[in-house]
Amino acid sequence: MTTTLAAGPTGASAPPRSAPPTRRRARRRELTAQWLFLVPAIAYVLVFFGYPIVKNLVMGFQDYSVRTFVTGEAPWVGLANYAEVVSSGIFQTTVVNTVLFTLGSIAGQFVIGLLFALFFKRRFPLSNVLRSLLLLPWLLPMIAGSAVWRWILDQDGGILNQTLQGVGIIDDPVRWLTSPDIALVAVILVNVWVGIPFNMTLLYSGLQNIPDELYEAGALDGATGWKAFRHITWPSLRPVVNVVLVLGVIYTLKVLDIILGLTGGGPANATQTLATDSYRRSFQEFSFGTGAAVSNVLIVISLVFAVVYLRANRRAEDE
Amino acid sequence: MSPTTTSRTLPHTILGIVLLAFMLFPVYWMVNVSLQGGSTAASSTFLPTDVTFDGYRTAIEDQTGNLLTSIVVALGAVAVSLAVATPAAYAVSRFRLRGLGVFLFALLLAQMIPGIVIANSLYTLFNDLGLLNSYAGLVLANATHGIPFAILIMSAFMRSIPPALTEAARVDGASHFRAFWSIIVPVSKNSLITAGLFCFLFAWSDFMFGLTLTTGADIKPVTLGIYDYLQGNVQSWGPVMATAVLSSIPAIVLLVLAQRYIAAGAMGGAVK
Repeated sequence: MTTTLAAGPTGASAPPRSAPPTRRRARRRELTAQWLFLVPAIAYVLVFFGYPIVKNLVMGFQDYSVRTFVTGEAPWVGLANYAEVVSSGIFQTTVVNTVLFTLGSIAGQFVIGLLFALFFKRRFPLSNVLRSLLLLPWLLPMIAGSAVWRWILDQDGGILNQTLQGVGIIDDPVRWLTSPDIALVAVILVNVWVGIPFNMTLLYSGLQNIPDELYEAGALDGATGWKAFRHITWPSLRPVVNVVLVLGVIYTLKVLDIILGLTGGGPANATQTLATDSYRRSFQEFSFGTGAAVSNVLIVISLVFAVVYLRANRRAEDE
Repeated sequence: MSPTTTSRTLPHTILGIVLLAFMLFPVYWMVNVSLQGGSTAASSTFLPTDVTFDGYRTAIEDQTGNLLTSIVVALGAVAVSLAVATPAAYAVSRFRLRGLGVFLFALLLAQMIPGIVIANSLYTLFNDLGLLNSYAGLVLANATHGIPFAILIMSAFMRSIPPALTEAARVDGASHFRAFWSIIVPVSKNSLITAGLFCFLFAWSDFMFGLTLTTGADIKPVTLGIYDYLQGNVQSWGPVMATAVLSSIPAIVLLVLAQRYIAAGAMGGAVK
């Protein structure tokens, strides 16, 4: 363990009260010196993370609108914002969309990410190079990814419809981004594409930590292939799996650029999620009060998963 | 490598290349379409047979200012993030202060807060402070993407530096700051580079703060330039894809030139 000079043998054992004044002063100076390293970070976290959360909670109870920016007044309205949000027809749609978007994205990213991780675990020529190039979709600006997908998925000029029609899988062009029934599927597809590298990387590092001896011992007992996966790989990977899944949920709940870039939440709110709806209310309708109410719902959901994550992470570290 | 292992691993390599080609097809398409001028082309061909740089000419005309804004903001965010995060990472890795646990917990939670929550509140705060439509505002906001990550990844590295290294300097009378500045920072150079690269990419890719904290055309990051194209019915995809390619250059360059740092950062994301 790291021992600092402050917590050295004398400092730790002698209670400050009985220490002579000079030493007590030296110790206080030492503590101050140590805290100074943290002051900028603490100040930053308080202003840029702490303040927004508190402010958002408060705004949720206020009539915070364009008028507020002129008059500086934001009348207290109790639960009116929440009542308005919940009773608006769109709320149910956004909740259902958020759940479907999250579940669909996670399922796709995770399954494909895991298959990729398992594949790249077999070392072969170029495997490392190929694996690191796979990170590209994750590193690109998401809005750049959305832009190209918007053109790929275009109903008439898009390469996807042209290819599918060319090989005869479909007769008529699919309205990927303009049909209320299909748009959500298309948006999920793009988000899966973005998320695969992240899932693969974490799961790959998890696979690397499973000792080879386990597989050797398993092989002696006849556990190979699917059996080895079920009885050795999966149980050993479980803690990492938990972490990957929970992080995936937290990151997917936040997604804004992909949806705004592809569909803008449409058609007919078919791809509107809690995140995009909060944006719409605050920054397009300048109703910051209801926008805050929606994002407070998002905070609560994220926090629930954050707690799940921290517990999963602790279990992952224990094992 | 013996012929038998080659014959066994060759199919894997081929399958790997096929998977990669499949995954990177959109990136190829981006480059491909960016090289096809056809101002009103209804569709794009598989190969840029008639290579033209018209798309890039338009993109550069439209977006040079936005690209410069993105560079300034991203570099600023790197500077702020490292200035704030490096000393904090040192403190987290070395000192045993009461309350450090709470601080680390707050950092973990901070990473999970949806950006729209921060944007909602920062808009009103920046409005009061006059920081909307300013470089300083964008830099400070964009540092939220990087600071928690940078602290966690750098402190993980600094924990592995033998304490004896700084203790010797301290015994010789060096202050904590001196030990930090002339020993820890040089020794941790690689983890600073990793953290800095990711802070750059996070800020460069930012969409949320550009969208919410700027309103005019004066200060606008290139991600918003792309979004503006997408707002209407896109008539010509050449310039849009050219801009997308230009905005992807940092990620591509870093992935090729700084691969080991990127790999370290990706792994760091896993252990945080």
